[in-house]
Amino acid sequence: MPRPGPDKTMSLRDAVAAYVHDGDTVALEGFTHLIPTAAGHEIIRQGRRDLTVVRMTADIVVDQMLAGGCVRKLVSSFVGNSSAGSLGELRRRIEHADPEPLEFEEYSHYGLICRYLAGAQRLPFYPLRSYAGSDLPGVNPAIRKVASPYGDEQIYVVPPVNPDVTIIHAQRADRAGNTQIWGLTGVQAEAVFAADKAIVVVEEIVADEVVRSDPNRTVVPAHAVDAVVEVPRGAHPSFAQGYYDRDNAFYRAWSGISRDKEKLAAWMAEWVHGTADHGEYVAKLGEEFWAGLAVGEAMSEPVNYGRRL
Amino acid sequence: MTTASEVLSVVASRELAGKRTVFAGIGLPTLAASLAHLTVAPDLEIVYESGVCGAHPSHLPETIADAVLITGAEAVLSMPALFGYVLQGGHIDVGFLGAAQIDRWGNLNSSVIGDWHSPKVRLPGSGGAMEVMANSREVFVVMRRHDPRSFVDELDFCTSPGPDRALGDGVRPAGLGVTRVITELGILARSGPGEELKLVALHPGVTVDQARECTGWPLEVGGDLTVIEPPSEAELRLLREDVDPERVYLR
Repeated sequence: MPRPGPDKTMSLRDAVAAYVHDGDTVALEGFTHLIPTAAGHEIIRQGRRDLTVVRMTADIVVDQMLAGGCVRKLVSSFVGNSSAGSLGELRRRIEHADPEPLEFEEYSHYGLICRYLAGAQRLPFYPLRSYAGSDLPGVNPAIRKVASPYGDEQIYVVPPVNPDVTIIHAQRADRAGNTQIWGLTGVQAEAVFAADKAIVVVEEIVADEVVRSDPNRTVVPAHAVDAVVEVPRGAHPSFAQGYYDRDNAFYRAWSGISRDKEKLAAWMAEWVHGTADHGEYVAKLGEEFWAGLAVGEAMSEPVNYGRRL
Repeated sequence: MTTASEVLSVVASRELAGKRTVFAGIGLPTLAASLAHLTVAPDLEIVYESGVCGAHPSHLPETIADAVLITGAEAVLSMPALFGYVLQGGHIDVGFLGAAQIDRWGNLNSSVIGDWHSPKVRLPGSGGAMEVMANSREVFVVMRRHDPRSFVDELDFCTSPGPDRALGDGVRPAGLGVTRVITELGILARSGPGEELKLVALHPGVTVDQARECTGWPLEVGGDLTVIEPPSEAELRLLREDVDPERVYLR
């Protein structure tokens, strides 16, 4: 009989309380798909301060965490509301230091990916064929050029990032934290392995046998995970492949909401501070709303892993 | 009535003749690549920044990560694989990019207007644009606005440098940088390092003087300036009926 792994399940409130502290470096990953929105909202509700947030595509959840007063510094390679417009709070912070300045460390996408790769492997730096001739190294001294030790080539390098905690959202995990993702897998595994602690928020916690029936789908193994949290629909307004679709209308609406300080404050009061947890947020949106994001079935063909006779 | 989006998509699609892999964003580049797939480049594969290769979407995607690009796709890669192996590994023939500013060498700015430390406008930044520029064999730029604010003598900030700037920084570039810039006035082109963008084609009715007035550097005219063939009935029909029947991007 296979032994069950240690049970790391807890509530989102307890996981954030235990693993996210004022002043921490917090990575939130999920590339358009599986954005850990519920976790971002819980960080806001618990009033965390002075965080350094690392996120490749700083989008709506980052704008909300900025508006929640949680963030002192942002490390990112794209700061925009996807292709739908602008992030109002982020632009006020950067363009007008309103209500306070935001420290911003800018990279390209692969630059930040390489920081996670170096972090995950505990390497001192990671080389990449970008940045030559760009003005970015001039405003970001962490990006440096070195001579190749194997020839006369010059190459840019980036330092590792080792977040205090990485938070990702995923489709499913077992109670020990073996985490399965399908569709876009982004940079989630690298971000988890780079971190000291990791929280995995999932659409559903499944029986150990479900995970073990398809081990290749496990993107993050349990030993890299400290907390497993079940929060259905916790990636809204982004999507979870096979569970619910992206809320494109909300993305389009966000630019208008966040451009206006008062509208943004009212939105935060109603949807983040005005809800006790993500369950209330989901219920407040209503079943009719969720029906609009429902997706149909497209099952993958099972594979035969085989078994010794 | 043919719209500007239709003209830009058709002209960009023709430039993809014979190409195999194209790295495209959503919007005009997708329209151009999809039309090229049906016309001049039947073997064309579109690679998306989200990691999707060989998409077979049931509906027109709204983002580069749209769920309809995933279901039925030939492959979905992680970010390190997409950026490290596919892009940096040299598998992309043509990258499509846009930008707030472009200069005569095809260097692009998508970070800030004004000073980086206290910008007038904070733009989204590089995303993967720097990697697309550094690693694609060549880059096509589609600019909806052809005016001196976008076609500048000097960039406020260089986010995505072309090969000339890379060489100046002591690094041998992998690709040619921007080779085609497609606008509502015409086409600017250069063939590689050491060359600046020159006017090589105009849409019917547009003059050289107009193009020069709308460009923020002294725009030179290439050897044999041509007039762009307007979209054909067949191209327009494919674009309107097969590629974007709901007119999501064909505004």
